[in-house]
Amino acid sequence: MAINAFYNEILTDHNLHPMHKYNLKDPNLILEGLNPSCGDDIVLQLKMDDNGVIVDGSYNGDGCAVSMASADMMLDLVIGKHKDEAKRLADIFVRMIKKEATEEEIEELEEAGSLRDISHMPSRVKCAVLGWHTMEELVDKEPIKNPGEHSGEAVSTE
Amino acid sequence: MIDVNKVRADFPFFAATDLAYLDNSATSQNPKCVMDAEWQFYVDSNANPFRGIYELSERATSAYEHGRETVKDFIHAKSTKEIVFTRNASESLNLIAYSFAPMVLEEGDEILVSILEHHSNMLPWRMAAEKAGATVKYLEVDITGEVSAEMVAEALTPKTKIFAITQVSNIMGRENDIKTFAKLCHDNGTYIVCDGAQSVPHMPVDVQDLDVDFLAFSGHKMLSPMGIGVLYGKEEHLAAMPPFLTGGEMISTVSYDSMTYSELPHKFEAGTVNASGSVALEAAIKYIQSIGFEDIQARETMLCKRMLDGIKDIPHVTVLGSDKPEEHHGIITFKIDGVHPHDISAIFADNNVAVRAGHHCAQPLHICLGIPSTTRASVMFYNTEEEVDRFLDILSQIRGAMGYGD
Repeated sequence: MAINAFYNEILTDHNLHPMHKYNLKDPNLILEGLNPSCGDDIVLQLKMDDNGVIVDGSYNGDGCAVSMASADMMLDLVIGKHKDEAKRLADIFVRMIKKEATEEEIEELEEAGSLRDISHMPSRVKCAVLGWHTMEELVDKEPIKNPGEHSGEAVSTE
Repeated sequence: MIDVNKVRADFPFFAATDLAYLDNSATSQNPKCVMDAEWQFYVDSNANPFRGIYELSERATSAYEHGRETVKDFIHAKSTKEIVFTRNASESLNLIAYSFAPMVLEEGDEILVSILEHHSNMLPWRMAAEKAGATVKYLEVDITGEVSAEMVAEALTPKTKIFAITQVSNIMGRENDIKTFAKLCHDNGTYIVCDGAQSVPHMPVDVQDLDVDFLAFSGHKMLSPMGIGVLYGKEEHLAAMPPFLTGGEMISTVSYDSMTYSELPHKFEAGTVNASGSVALEAAIKYIQSIGFEDIQARETMLCKRMLDGIKDIPHVTVLGSDKPEEHHGIITFKIDGVHPHDISAIFADNNVAVRAGHHCAQPLHICLGIPSTTRASVMFYNTEEEVDRFLDILSQIRGAMGYGD
């Protein structure tokens, strides 16, 4: 018997075998997403070209499976896309959790659509949204030349 | 011996849910007699205590003060002057840090705080130290949570003015030998402040025998409603301390530019008091006494033993604190390799079991142990063997649910 249908294979697989959980060699956008009360902490690293296309991305950090897997799925989806398109997808993701997105929109989220049931667990919504919100904030920042210049600022979904 | 079905029939909560409530260290459920006592106060005794000279107000005063008398006897204080009602243990501890600490602290002094402490018995001391130019020194522990007399003796210095320590840790469940620590402190010219939030509901506490200077605890962790707490302080200290809050009731006379304070303990109870809370706390104490601590402790130890025995057979689960069930006082805090406590508690929640995840308001302890966060199951005498078995059954499946092969 499955003791928890929410933690499906897609989620646990992204958590245990993440594709994007490492430090990028030459990111030009870095932002920390931190939820102090539950301890979810990710550092999102993106490489964006002059046209605003996210050519590569990664994250690192600690937190629950929901926060980690959600960030991994988010990067799966937005790498290779223009920042405006990435923000549009993040908006769908947030609306999906508020149960305001259409089935067609949720389909666009690919595997991240599997997190739709998080809306039944209000205390975990902030975990699922952390990576997406951090990305939304990050893509509008001025790219930096030297990753060492990371300001150390952080955003939160709490 | 406790007949658990009979006991549970006293709690309306259990009739309304099949949730296995294993978060009793956070707050406890209330028996009907406690709810009834609170309700009854509002039916026939509700007026502002100490204010009116009509009979109803006197009845309210008498009900409120009767609760104080019961608390005094319960913890074996010398006098009701030593029992101050607060909102909760946190407020009691803050009261001491604001009112008492500045009287005894000088620049360069030390406050010794055990790393086991709940933030409520840590942050007020940091604030008091900062104001006085004193420093906070931490008494560190390992994963067993043990604080020995030798450790305390070694940590006390001629500069240590206050030692803040919990009687039972809300993570480890382990009891500290407060009586021995108090003697060490007093021989050193140090005051000892004891957090009784996790001990007073579960064991007999005698403040005169322990010889603590202060003891704080909350009603809501001992079968009472939220919003009533207690500060015990030795009369000589309370008498010398300035008020914490000012306003109504705490004064005897006020002129244009001066005031004199009320007698103890009213000096520390500014504003309209929580009279129904006192009445409810009294009913809770009487209920606990009707069951008896001997039976309460026997049952809570039995439930902890059942948990610890079950956990031994589940790989990748580590319990913090002692390996002896009688040293847990209802509290079993654990970690599972590779699984975050919020995922653990979410799976428990999905299976109708309430446990607590996070740092349990003891973040520095987690830093000290090198563990980011933990999960805690905490029982009271009203929990059943079946609830513990449900807990163990789910616990054994969590790694699997999170995609691990074993």
